[in-house]
Amino acid sequence: MNLEIWTYSIVGFTFLIYIGIAVWSRAGSTKEFYVAGGGINPVVNGMATAADWMSAASFLSMAGLISFMGYGGAQYLLGWTGGYVLLALLLAPYLRKFGKFTVPDFIGERYYSKNARLIALICAIFVSFTYVVGQMKGVGVAFARFLNVPFDTGVLIGIGIVFFYAVLGGMKGITYTQVAQFCVLIFAFTVPAIFISIQMTGNPVPQLGFGGTVDGGAYLLDKLDQLSVDLGFAQYTATNSENTTNLFFITAALMLGTAGLPHVIVRFFTVPKVKDARISAGYALLFIAILYTTAPAVAAFARTNLLTTVKDAEYSEMPGWFKNWENTGLISFEDKNADGKMQYVADAQANELTIDRDIIVLANPEIANLPAWVIALVVAGGLAAALSTAAGLLLVISTSISHDLLKKYIAPDINEKGELRAARIAIAVAVVAAGLAGLNPPGFVAQVVALAFGLAASSFFPAIILGIFDKRMNRQGAITGMVVGILFTTVYIIYFKPQLGGPGTPDGYWFGVSPEGIGTLGALINFVLALVISRLTPPPPKEVQELTESIRYPRS
Amino acid sequence: MGGTKANYWRKNIRILLVLLSIWFLSSFGAAILFAEELNSIRLGGFKLGFWFAQQGAIYIFIILIFVYVRLMNQLDKDFEVDEK
Repeated sequence: MNLEIWTYSIVGFTFLIYIGIAVWSRAGSTKEFYVAGGGINPVVNGMATAADWMSAASFLSMAGLISFMGYGGAQYLLGWTGGYVLLALLLAPYLRKFGKFTVPDFIGERYYSKNARLIALICAIFVSFTYVVGQMKGVGVAFARFLNVPFDTGVLIGIGIVFFYAVLGGMKGITYTQVAQFCVLIFAFTVPAIFISIQMTGNPVPQLGFGGTVDGGAYLLDKLDQLSVDLGFAQYTATNSENTTNLFFITAALMLGTAGLPHVIVRFFTVPKVKDARISAGYALLFIAILYTTAPAVAAFARTNLLTTVKDAEYSEMPGWFKNWENTGLISFEDKNADGKMQYVADAQANELTIDRDIIVLANPEIANLPAWVIALVVAGGLAAALSTAAGLLLVISTSISHDLLKKYIAPDINEKGELRAARIAIAVAVVAAGLAGLNPPGFVAQVVALAFGLAASSFFPAIILGIFDKRMNRQGAITGMVVGILFTTVYIIYFKPQLGGPGTPDGYWFGVSPEGIGTLGALINFVLALVISRLTPPPPKEVQELTESIRYPRS
Repeated sequence: MGGTKANYWRKNIRILLVLLSIWFLSSFGAAILFAEELNSIRLGGFKLGFWFAQQGAIYIFIILIFVYVRLMNQLDKDFEVDEK
């Protein structure tokens, strides 16, 4: 069987599973649509959260990024896992006890203010929408590259699939498809990693092979450090002392952002008890860590493989995979000194080889000579990662509109049936809008993701934490904190992102902090302002203080 | 045994402070601020700072959450605030 038939069969088979689950798990009430009925088993929720969380970027791009960053890739590894500790210890159990449907629900009731709810609502939609556009684009790219389907058709197929199970099943359908998608994506990521680890280090566990020895008896990482230095790059494992502050801020912003992202938080409304919310966050991180501890190993294996293959090699003797990927434009070679050899070096003037970082995960199975079905599996995994995240985000957008905007603002007396219909229409519109934006992504989409994390870190995270841990926190403090935090973060990011039209240059960074890390400072500003203002203004009403008291104890 | 709710909350905060200190030390400490110093120590094929940054801190995160779950479930029982 050739690669194309394998890919069509595996991708088609996974899609059939998703559709089957959708038909089986139709939502019959708004509670099922918003929080899957609230009776999800914590292990199931852990898997669904993991699939919700791990996007096309985690699956396709992260290992590649780390491969080119070396030690510095830690900002993604730590940032996107460490946030779960905050989520488990500081947010999930209390929000579960609160027991409503959405993040704006909590902000609106805890701060007894429709304006606070509106700010939260706008942030939730903005954050989720920018994120979902990237996923739709990822679906199109995966289809275009492997199935010889035009990019547009790929996006349309993606819209069709998500439309089907999200509109029909709401959170219930999304939860069970996410479980299936988690299994597909984690299998697809680890199988090639295990093969490559065995080939390179003889150890079947990539996490151990990472620290193992290669054929000559030297440690893999020592060999990689040496290869990198030979070509003029920094040592792969070396720290960069000039970058420490920035690394600190970016890691913190990604952690706070993770804990504040609405599509992750709402997953903890779906389990029955406070106890389940706690353990569920543990399972989620365990499942996520399978990919997040494998990815850096894959990155090091791929980098070593790549450098060994291309170092001073004759262009004419390159293996087949090199030519294949050259055709896609992801690798390009320009023989500047016309010696027929490839010079891949740190010096941009002398460097002759350009490598797109996305190639690391995509081409890895081919580079390691793995069978066609493994490559097909990687495609299905990438699609599963993109579709599962897209569905979770679309649900946040739809509940924000039908529950927070329609039910709480525009038509408070809407009945259950009407609200459910509105939720279905809202998600249908959101799927189509996201798909259209994915077809013609504004050039700044990738840049806006930094903004999504920055906003989640500087608005939701402090507002929720203070709402739980500071009984004295009032409307005035929380709203001022959120508004200033959001404005500060947005202005800083736009100012220092040339892609967004900002005039700033890296020389002007405050304390050397790049836009990706500024959410940390935004969150600090939010915390400090909220605490100060709340002490200068009247305390919250008695019933709100009682609400704050009640979410602290699991038994009601 | 039972106890006041205020006491329960105080103990909860103490658990959080201890666990979050470990969280901070393993990630921001060992993996970032002290990574360079720790890199002079080796853990098999890894430099220690690098290992914390790309492996170790994540394992510690998982352990922290499961320890938290155990401690809190016990605390809930001790103060009789666990869900029926």
